[in-house]
Amino acid sequence: MIEYLQHNRIRLALHMLKPGPGRALLLLHGLGERAPRRLPADCAGWPGAVHALDFTGHGESQIPRGGGYTCELLLADADIALARLGEATVCGRGLGGYIALLLAGARPQAVHGAILRDGPGLSGGGTHTKHPYIPVVDTSRVGAPDPFALADLATDARPPSYAAHYAMLADMRSPLPRPVTLCAREQPEWLVAVTAALGLEWTAFDDALQAYAHAPNGQPS
Amino acid sequence: MPYDDEITRHAFPGARAPDRQRRIEANGITLAAYEWGAADAPPLLLVHGAMDFARTFDGFAPLIADAGYRVVAYDQRGHGDSDHTDLYSWVADERDMLAVIDATTREPCPAIGHSKGGSMLAHAIQALPHRFTRFVALDGLPYRSKHPETAMRETKSMTAEKIADWLDHRHGADRAVRKPGALEDLARRRARMNPRLSHEWLCYLVTLGARRDPDGWRWKIDPTLRSGGFGPFRSRWITDRLPGFPIPMLAVFGTVTEPMGWDVTADELAPWLPSSTRIEVMQDTGHFIHIERPQDTAALVIDFLRA
Repeated sequence: MIEYLQHNRIRLALHMLKPGPGRALLLLHGLGERAPRRLPADCAGWPGAVHALDFTGHGESQIPRGGGYTCELLLADADIALARLGEATVCGRGLGGYIALLLAGARPQAVHGAILRDGPGLSGGGTHTKHPYIPVVDTSRVGAPDPFALADLATDARPPSYAAHYAMLADMRSPLPRPVTLCAREQPEWLVAVTAALGLEWTAFDDALQAYAHAPNGQPS
Repeated sequence: MPYDDEITRHAFPGARAPDRQRRIEANGITLAAYEWGAADAPPLLLVHGAMDFARTFDGFAPLIADAGYRVVAYDQRGHGDSDHTDLYSWVADERDMLAVIDATTREPCPAIGHSKGGSMLAHAIQALPHRFTRFVALDGLPYRSKHPETAMRETKSMTAEKIADWLDHRHGADRAVRKPGALEDLARRRARMNPRLSHEWLCYLVTLGARRDPDGWRWKIDPTLRSGGFGPFRSRWITDRLPGFPIPMLAVFGTVTEPMGWDVTADELAPWLPSSTRIEVMQDTGHFIHIERPQDTAALVIDFLRA
């Protein structure tokens, strides 16, 4: 079932993959991907509802005119979905993992844990030290995923201190003892900084899911 | 037009409408472009700052055109008569700017930028030096913060409140509308951003940058736009590379701090400018150097272009 949510001028598709009581699990896809059409097998153990968002320009969400993508825009996409769900554990692949981290820092009361997994777009364009670059986009190709998204979200700067700042905001203001869980093996510089700032250790995905599923708010898991 | 007499009443002496106007296809949207000077004269790009629009050059651009240039200015997306778009970003603005250049010339050309327009140009010239010959920054160079980029500094600029406020704004942004008012009321409101510019000039700008709806005048700028950046971008990424700037530069500074300015003095920035940079400081002048001192600014620019 798809529910459409309005984010400024863009209509976002929020897919319900599984109904259920209690806290929802919100899945965020990677760069160039789309929400899974069926409940992924590794999420089947989640006791509550499972939803998956198509980011702007991806999947069933609307494609904007003329590009203009930033990770902060996708953060706002995810925040629109979070507002609809009220409270959620947020699990992101690749680019979606970076967005899950930003959302955990931005909305520490509503995000009941962010799980960061491997996937397309985890690195982005690296740190800000690269040469300035203005990607040329092939606008002859139409449809999702939007080529502007692929160009701009593969080259955007993700300074380690910026990512670590969101991690610290989550850590300081979340009622959870471990508001961010690292399930990714790829280690871009921003994620190295987050890992160091929070003292994270790699965790198996199933363990991460179980910990957030069974941890009542404010209680150690 | 039904309100011609109101527009006529607010005509500004010395301001000159563009000789030509056109619309440029840019990345799936269309931008409004304006030209002063002979169509076959050497082209020169003129880029406005944040929350501004191309016709704010009605006083300055003709002075450059009269020196023998085809001056091309355009409204950035969401500004003036260009399309309002779904998304806005620094890179999208730069791509639009390159589309305007592509639609003007394939040869390298000189460029002048005011405020954010200067910083966009500085960054684009660093990325694509082969497209440009000379660069003029009118209070258009970003500030290199004296503070190192530490987590502490990020904390100051990206507080939890600022992040939540920005996200909250996104929830209702599609319902935003600009407040209508009488022409002179809009001019008085704009004076908060432009405290040193005359009421008569600001009234003239309203006749160009606003439209008259049945319930009053409204600025044309996209109501979903917010001033000020949000995100990881730091202007010092541009400033740090200024020592190796690839083409001749004229950097013009005012001396009076203003709300829309970069808040940087020539002395503070001088260590990052190549020794060949021509630095000019206009005494008792604010951020809108070319509007306060059009003749002096044009004389500096023309001398630099001909050197």
